[in-house]
Amino acid sequence: MKKLDILVVGVGGQGVILASDIIGETALSAQYDVKKADTLGMAQRGGSVISHVRIGRQVYSPLIKKGEADILIAFEKLEAARWNDYLQPGGVVIVNNHALPPSSVNVGNEQYLNDQEITSILKQRTDRICFINGTRHARELGNVRTLNIFMLGSASIFMPIEIQAWEDSICRHLSPNICQINIVAFRKGREEMRNAHLG
Amino acid sequence: MIKLLSGNEALAMGAYHAGVKVATAYPGTPSTEILESLARHDDIYAEWSTNEKVAMEVAMGAAFAGIRSLVSLKQVGLNVASDPFMAASTMAVNAGIVIACADDPGIHSSQNEQDDRHYAKLAKVPMLEPSDSQEAYEFMSYAFDISERFDIPTLMLTTTRISHSKSVVQVRQEQTPPAKQADFHYDVEKYVMLPVYAQLRYSLIEERLTKLAAFAETFPFNQVSWGERHLGIITSGVAYQYAREVFPQASFLKLGMTYPLPKNLLLNFAAQVHRLLVIEELDPFLQENIQALGIKVTGKEFIPRTGELNVDIIEKASRSVGLLPEISSQPLKDMSIKLPKRPPQLCPGCPHTGIFFTLSTLGKRSSLTKSQVKTAKESPLVITGDIGCYTLGTYSPFNAMDTCACMGASIGNALGMEKTGIAKKLIAVIGDSTFMHSGITGLVNAVYSEGQITIVILDNRTTAMTGHQDHPGTGISAQGKKTRAIDLEQLVRGIGVSDVRVVDAFNMKQLRNAVRGAVDSTELSVIIVRGTCAMLAPKGSASMVIDAEKCNLCGICLQLGCSAIQRGKKQLYIDSALCAGDRCTICQQICPRQAIHLKSRVESVKLL
Ligand SMILES: Cc1ncc(C[n+]2csc(CCOP(=O)(O)OP(=O)(O)O)c2C)c(N)n1
Repeated sequence: MKKLDILVVGVGGQGVILASDIIGETALSAQYDVKKADTLGMAQRGGSVISHVRIGRQVYSPLIKKGEADILIAFEKLEAARWNDYLQPGGVVIVNNHALPPSSVNVGNEQYLNDQEITSILKQRTDRICFINGTRHARELGNVRTLNIFMLGSASIFMPIEIQAWEDSICRHLSPNICQINIVAFRKGREEMRNAHLG
Repeated sequence: MIKLLSGNEALAMGAYHAGVKVATAYPGTPSTEILESLARHDDIYAEWSTNEKVAMEVAMGAAFAGIRSLVSLKQVGLNVASDPFMAASTMAVNAGIVIACADDPGIHSSQNEQDDRHYAKLAKVPMLEPSDSQEAYEFMSYAFDISERFDIPTLMLTTTRISHSKSVVQVRQEQTPPAKQADFHYDVEKYVMLPVYAQLRYSLIEERLTKLAAFAETFPFNQVSWGERHLGIITSGVAYQYAREVFPQASFLKLGMTYPLPKNLLLNFAAQVHRLLVIEELDPFLQENIQALGIKVTGKEFIPRTGELNVDIIEKASRSVGLLPEISSQPLKDMSIKLPKRPPQLCPGCPHTGIFFTLSTLGKRSSLTKSQVKTAKESPLVITGDIGCYTLGTYSPFNAMDTCACMGASIGNALGMEKTGIAKKLIAVIGDSTFMHSGITGLVNAVYSEGQITIVILDNRTTAMTGHQDHPGTGISAQGKKTRAIDLEQLVRGIGVSDVRVVDAFNMKQLRNAVRGAVDSTELSVIIVRGTCAMLAPKGSASMVIDAEKCNLCGICLQLGCSAIQRGKKQLYIDSALCAGDRCTICQQICPRQAIHLKSRVESVKLL
């Protein structure tokens, strides 16, 4: 692998930063050079959260260049559309099929995009689009907060890292009482992606 | 040991391994995590100081007593600390002092843009600029050594992308040096800056700069790496990382120490390359100082002076002057469909929501019936604001903040407006941490000047904006120990305010009455709005639900800007996963049709 640029996006409170931390540390444990940059805007307070993770033999810039990300992991549909221009042509997009309408939509000043509009934006970059029901699965597991690890599991099949390294790293990052449920979420996410066909 | 550390974590670890024993700071993005990391060590003293000026003074005191100290702050924090900072540059420091200052190019989370590298030149102090976490870690021990060797504070300057990016750090295994016995040695010529002694010290400063410049020639992180000689690039900090990607073949002079500059190293490098370029963020600081050495160099003629740099921006700028070939490939498709924005907003259950709804409606900026709404311009109130989560009260639906300058400015701004004889009523809104930081002096001034303004102190028991740090009002130290709390109400009364109203942040009637009463009163009033930050308070046991039969979709609850209240296809509903429930109940209190009530969470999920 020459390099892997992964953009993780979502909304404040969804666990984007933790997910990207785990990607970074897992890649480090697999002997790669890693840089990672989070941008939170003014504060987390429900705004967009974007995390750049760059993996390779030697990484300079901590930020991914627009049009160069190999994988876009979006925890929310609108955010997938918003950050899609970071994706390289033909890159992989993994989208949690879940909408969190911003306040402007709730108040009625702006309109949320429909699925067709979102897909057509994503298609401008790639055909390798995968919608997965992360939030639903996480709820079914009994803890919505496992969404980030579920998404990580889905994305992990595109990264050349052993499953054991992922799971060790997840356990290092989480307190023991929630580790097991997250391992289950990770495996579920991986399985979901295996069964999904991209397109 | 190899670790993936943010620049801030690496700075903290570097300082710890360099034997820092006293660490002070006031929180500020992107610098906050430096002190947070240091505070975890029990064998050092770490404090959240009241503000950056105090932080600097405490650190100086420790150094006078022979103990290494670290101050960390954000770029505008150095403005607040600039008085003792300038003094420290003139006095003797005795033990090492390092000031870790984090710039925020592009203004991600600050009130103004500012390139703090200029402070190094103003104060004539040495400046180091790490370009990744490894350097952040390693530079710390150099910074302390330089400070002690030249008897001067060292400025360690980072930017958002250095402080908040994680990269790989090889950590030294050695133990931290043992604590020295603190002592103070009487020496007025060094420590008492009466003009006679300050004059003596100042003549030493120029001498010291010459010595520092000689040291810079040998500083191991002022590194040349030779590539092709047709292009030589001088750069520092994160700009180095971007430049390296844009020009993989070029020769580089990467400066780890950017003030004072290593003249011979620069001359030598310049002589060996055909074209010389400086790549740096914000001001042409390196460029102008290199030009002042008589070296011909370009950079800011085409590299932007505003905002952050990145690989794209440097590439584009370089194409515009022929440093890179034009690209012939198809530009990527324009995807500029208008997407709904997602600005940050107050959390569900935020104690700032009720007061801003009150200010907004009393100020007629939003209203219970659509017809009464006036624009903020026509409002009978002027609301001077301050900095914190509550600055979000500026946005729709509240539109309830008219000014926001810098920390603490709300009170002075309101008083100044009042003294013009303006016909509108003035309300200053300030957070509890901000009030401790720099509101107290403004209040003393307003009382002394017989102002009649209303001051609303939003006491959410934390410094929320920067990630929930404690402050003097909370009674908990940076290291998690119980300490003495400053009682806000007593403090305000002690200053001489007699009209003090303490109200519950979640009681709409109380809020309304307090604001009305205070605005109508002819004396200076302080309203303390008390309610714990939603992120620190446990969620209530139940959730609010909207009774679809009673709700007539008037939309007043939406004026709270609460993200738990959402618009479904045909009805409004409350997301029980987000709702703060019986801790808040503001929406229930304002609903004109009594259509909102509490339900146990289990039931409310079923209803969805
Ligand atoms: C001089 C300076 N120091 C630090 C900051 C960073 N900062 C912005 S707001 C804030 C404090 C906010 O706390 P508070 O006033 O209690 O309001 P809250 O966010 O809790 O609502 C801080 C530390 C700054 N903008 N300027």
